[in-house]
Amino acid sequence: MENLIALLVAAPLLGAAVLLCGGRRLDRAGHWLGTLLAAASFVVAVVLFTDMLGKGAEDRALHQKLFSWIPVEGFQADVAFQLDQLSMTFVLLITGVGTLIHIYSIGYMEHDERRRRFFGYLNLFLAAMLILVIADNYLLLYVGWEGVGLASYLLIGFWQHKPSAATAAKKAFLVNRVGDMGLSIAIMLMFTTFGTFAYGPVLEATGETSEGKLTAIGLMLLLAACGKSAQVPLQSWLGDAMEGPTPVSALIHAATMVTAGVYLIVRSGAIFNAAPDAQMVVVVVGAVTLIFGAIVGCAKDDIKKALAGSTMSQIGYMILAAGLGPIGYVFAIMHLVTHGFFKAGLFLGAGSVMHGMNDEVDMRKYGGLRKYMPVTFVTFGLGYLAIIGFPGLSGFFSKDKIIEAAFAKGGTEGWILGSVALLGAAITAFYMTRVMLMTFFGEERWRRTATPSPDAPDVEPAAETRGEHAEPHPHESPKSMTIPMIVLAFGSVFAGGFFSIGDRFLHWLEPVTGHDHGDAPIGASTVTAATMVALVIGVAIAWAMYGRKPVPVAAPRGSLLTRAARRDLLQDDFNHVVLVRGGEHLTRSLVYVDHTLVDGVVNGTAASMGGLSGRLRKLQNGYARSYAVSMFGGTAVLIAATLLMRAV
Amino acid sequence: MNPVNYLYLAALLFTIGAAGVLIRRNAIVVFMCVELMLNACNLAFVTFSRMHGNLDGQIIAFFTMVVAAAEVVVGLAIIVSLFRSRHSASVDDASLMKL
Repeated sequence: MENLIALLVAAPLLGAAVLLCGGRRLDRAGHWLGTLLAAASFVVAVVLFTDMLGKGAEDRALHQKLFSWIPVEGFQADVAFQLDQLSMTFVLLITGVGTLIHIYSIGYMEHDERRRRFFGYLNLFLAAMLILVIADNYLLLYVGWEGVGLASYLLIGFWQHKPSAATAAKKAFLVNRVGDMGLSIAIMLMFTTFGTFAYGPVLEATGETSEGKLTAIGLMLLLAACGKSAQVPLQSWLGDAMEGPTPVSALIHAATMVTAGVYLIVRSGAIFNAAPDAQMVVVVVGAVTLIFGAIVGCAKDDIKKALAGSTMSQIGYMILAAGLGPIGYVFAIMHLVTHGFFKAGLFLGAGSVMHGMNDEVDMRKYGGLRKYMPVTFVTFGLGYLAIIGFPGLSGFFSKDKIIEAAFAKGGTEGWILGSVALLGAAITAFYMTRVMLMTFFGEERWRRTATPSPDAPDVEPAAETRGEHAEPHPHESPKSMTIPMIVLAFGSVFAGGFFSIGDRFLHWLEPVTGHDHGDAPIGASTVTAATMVALVIGVAIAWAMYGRKPVPVAAPRGSLLTRAARRDLLQDDFNHVVLVRGGEHLTRSLVYVDHTLVDGVVNGTAASMGGLSGRLRKLQNGYARSYAVSMFGGTAVLIAATLLMRAV
Repeated sequence: MNPVNYLYLAALLFTIGAAGVLIRRNAIVVFMCVELMLNACNLAFVTFSRMHGNLDGQIIAFFTMVVAAAEVVVGLAIIVSLFRSRHSASVDDASLMKL
């Protein structure tokens, strides 16, 4: 069975190589090849999974060493894979959702002449992501980490003829680079501290290591996680990443790659358990991002960017749970999996809506689409109910557990975190209801004849003239697109219940991550009731604002907070002022210091030496007699000095 | 006679020699002045030998003579070849080694 692990990676890697090197002759069949190899990887994953289920909890982890990568005395880097329950969960999610999205892309990218290349990149992404989750050491994880970064860059900028897409790709790459620095520093620290970077020895040795070092490693790992998972302060790239094709947003920027940060933290749980300070920072980052993303999601009119804000917020939940330590690890991963289902489904639904609406993304130009796209409406609706935590659906179970775990942290901390998580649940209900109402309910605002509602404040003339396309004819998407959406909707509905009943998921992951119930100050049923209240409040406010009265086609000016949230809560302005301008000023002053002080010392030394030697040179006049004078003079001085010393 | 007088004489001779080396331009004269200085030293050595009652100074005087003889051989050869090439025995004319 161990030998099958490499096959997981090999299949999509082969697909990427063939599709990217194969040239135009593969244009007609390339997408089938890519999908087939993704599916092959999924089949291998299922085979491994069934095998794993047949074994006892303790000996489920499989290990395969492919070859020694860098065999140097005192520095052993192997290409070796480790498949335990945590990795298995990810492998199933990645290959499963990945295969569905490959199928979806066949329909979605049908009219794109570079479709073969798109599938090549998707396969490359799958391979890199699988390496990331099944590596048995941090160095190989880093390979996968960079690989998914590369694939993400290529896919965000897939429509590189659009300057906005090219810029967004560069932005994502650069911001991720900051996080990647964190990971590489963490690996270097691990090597100097433990002398190795394989999971086993590192995570077992945390007991005998000083807390300061572990805190440093933990914080660097958190930086890496922030970059990859779009957490504050490295969150700014995710919104722009929506420039990529929608299947990419669903696969990479909702279900899998952005959750790599959560994986990293849960995988390094032993380090964080032994470094409470780092854990505290993780929790704070999670809580801040949870609210940050939710507020951004409330204000965006671009359907994909609203969903991106939501992704950020949901990953904030996961990071928060991961920061709670053993109380939360299992629930972080559980929410990650259910989120993978419903968020991928929501993105695919958004893609389906865009497909039928001439690639319009502004929700203010949607409305009343439920009649025209029944399948999309139902699947999107189920995803919506799942994410807001409607009782019985996936999000209900996983999010509820996280909120419970936050309260179970204990003390004031627990109360604060729990309240933040509850507030997040209310905001989630608000913005998702808003998306739902603006897209599928209300007036059909996409009709050219639609008159703006009377209470809409000053409609910009640009909004009218901008619609240069003909009126869209909303229609249901082809089967290749709807079937993945239906499958994901099933996941969104049943996954949470399946995992939670009898604590199946908890028993499955517990041997790897450990679990601790904590001491909850309030009972589970109270938390559930509070979550339900938050849910109802959120939905009610959204209904009052967007359901009861018509939605204006042109965005109203909005409050100060709304305007800030539309600009992603000024994250780019902050980055521009603090990092870009600050960086410019810093470099300018450093250049000034370099020119005046550093160069001044060097040049000054050289100049004074030059001047001195110019004077000394005059002594070298070539006349033997003058040399004799200096010799006599020198000797006389020496003798005089000697006599003088004697006298004293 | 008081041996200190010989030391005065040696110092006088040395000074004359040194002044000659510094002042005169003719290489032969300069050379002679160098010899004068060497012999002034010899005189001083011998005087000290007499004053201290041992032979160390006299032995060194012999050494000096040997060195002086060797020096004369080399030095005169240099002066002769210099005179041949430049038709001058002035030390100031041979000042090509300046910057």
